Amino acid sequence: MIEFLKRLFGQPGSSATAKERLRLVLMTDHLELAPEMIEKMKRDLVDVISRFVEVDRDRIDVTFERQDATLAMLANIPILSVNRPNGNGTHKPPEQPAPLPEASAPAAAGPSAAPPSAKAGSDKPPVRKRRRRKKSQRAAPAPAT
Amino acid sequence: MLIDADVGLRNLDIVLGLESRVQHHLLDVLEERASIDDALVADKHSEKLFLLAAAQSREKDEVETAKMQALVSRLCERFDYVLIDSPAGIELGFKNAVAGADEAIVICTPEVAAVRDVDRVVGLLGNRFKPQLIINRLRPHLVRRGKMLSVDDVNGILRLPLLGVIADEPEIIVTTNRGEPLALQTHTATGAAYHAIAARVAGEDVPAPMPAAAKPSFAERLSAFFGGKRR
Repeated sequence: MIEFLKRLFGQPGSSATAKERLRLVLMTDHLELAPEMIEKMKRDLVDVISRFVEVDRDRIDVTFERQDATLAMLANIPILSVNRPNGNGTHKPPEQPAPLPEASAPAAAGPSAAPPSAKAGSDKPPVRKRRRRKKSQRAAPAPAT
Repeated sequence: MLIDADVGLRNLDIVLGLESRVQHHLLDVLEERASIDDALVADKHSEKLFLLAAAQSREKDEVETAKMQALVSRLCERFDYVLIDSPAGIELGFKNAVAGADEAIVICTPEVAAVRDVDRVVGLLGNRFKPQLIINRLRPHLVRRGKMLSVDDVNGILRLPLLGVIADEPEIIVTTNRGEPLALQTHTATGAAYHAIAARVAGEDVPAPMPAAAKPSFAERLSAFFGGKRR
C-alpha cells in the first residue's frame, strides 16, 4: 500500500533530474570557458587574503569540484606568514609567524573566514591549507577538525 | 529570402518542396559560376519568398567567409529579410553562416544535449547578435507529467528573449513528407504558431505562441491514477 501511494504521489519526473544535471554541467562549462575570469578571481582572492597574511602566490591552486548537488571551489593557498594584527589591542601578537591555526588571525580575517576548515593536524609548518566553498548549500559542513 | 548555409547537407529545398527546381547553389554564386538571379529559386506558394540552396556535393570548408559576408550584404539590399539556415556545430560552417548576420535565432528542443549546445552557441555568438529563442518539438503532455523540460525550465537556464514555442505535432512530419510547409496552414495551431513567430521577428507586438497544455487523455488519467511509473 505504501508502495502504491509512493508511486502515486512521489517520484518527481525525470525533467527535474534533467534540469539539475543541466544546471551543474553548465556551471562547469562556463567556468571552463572563462579561464581569464578564474585568473582574475584568483588574483582578487589573493589580494584580499594578502591584506591579512602573506601567501605563496606561485603555489596557489584553485580547482572546482562537483560535490553531490553543488559545485565547490577549492582553493589551496599556502600561507607564508601572518601579519601582526594592528589596531585593536585585544589581540596578542604571535611569537612566531608560521603555523598558526584558528587563533592567529581572527581579528583580521573576520567572520567571513571559511568555517573552521583547516585541517590543522596535517599542516606542514609554513603551509596551511584553506578551503573555501562557493555556491555551497551546505552552509557549514561539519568541521573536520 | 532563405539561404541554406548547410553546405554538404542540403535540406531546405526538400522541406519546402523545391528540390526539383534547384539549378544552382550557394557555392555557384560565391564562386561566380552563376548569378544570384540564376540561383534563386522562387517558392511555390509565396511569390515573395526565394531560396538559395546549399551545395550538396561540396564541403563547408570550401566556403570563404568574406565572400559569404559580401553575398549576404548584397541580398540584404534586395530583400526585407535574409534568413540564413546555419549548419549544426560550431566549426567553420557555423562561422560562415554567422558572418553576414545581424541577428540570431537559436532553436532548441527541450532536451539536455540541445540546451547545453544552445548555451554554448549563445556564448559564441555573444551580444552582437541579440540571440532570440525558439523552443521546438515540445510535448505538452510529457511536460505536464514531469517527463520533459518545460519552457520555463529551458529558458530558466538559457534566459533568452522567447520568440515562441512549437509543439511536436505529427502533422509537421506529414506536411514535410509532402513538401508543403505546415506554416502555410494558418488554421492549424502549429501553422498559427509559425506565423506568430514570423510576426514577432518582424517586430509586431504579438504574444509568443505557446502550445496549449493538452488535456490529459482518459488513458493518461487512468495510468496516473494507478501510478504509472515516471521516468
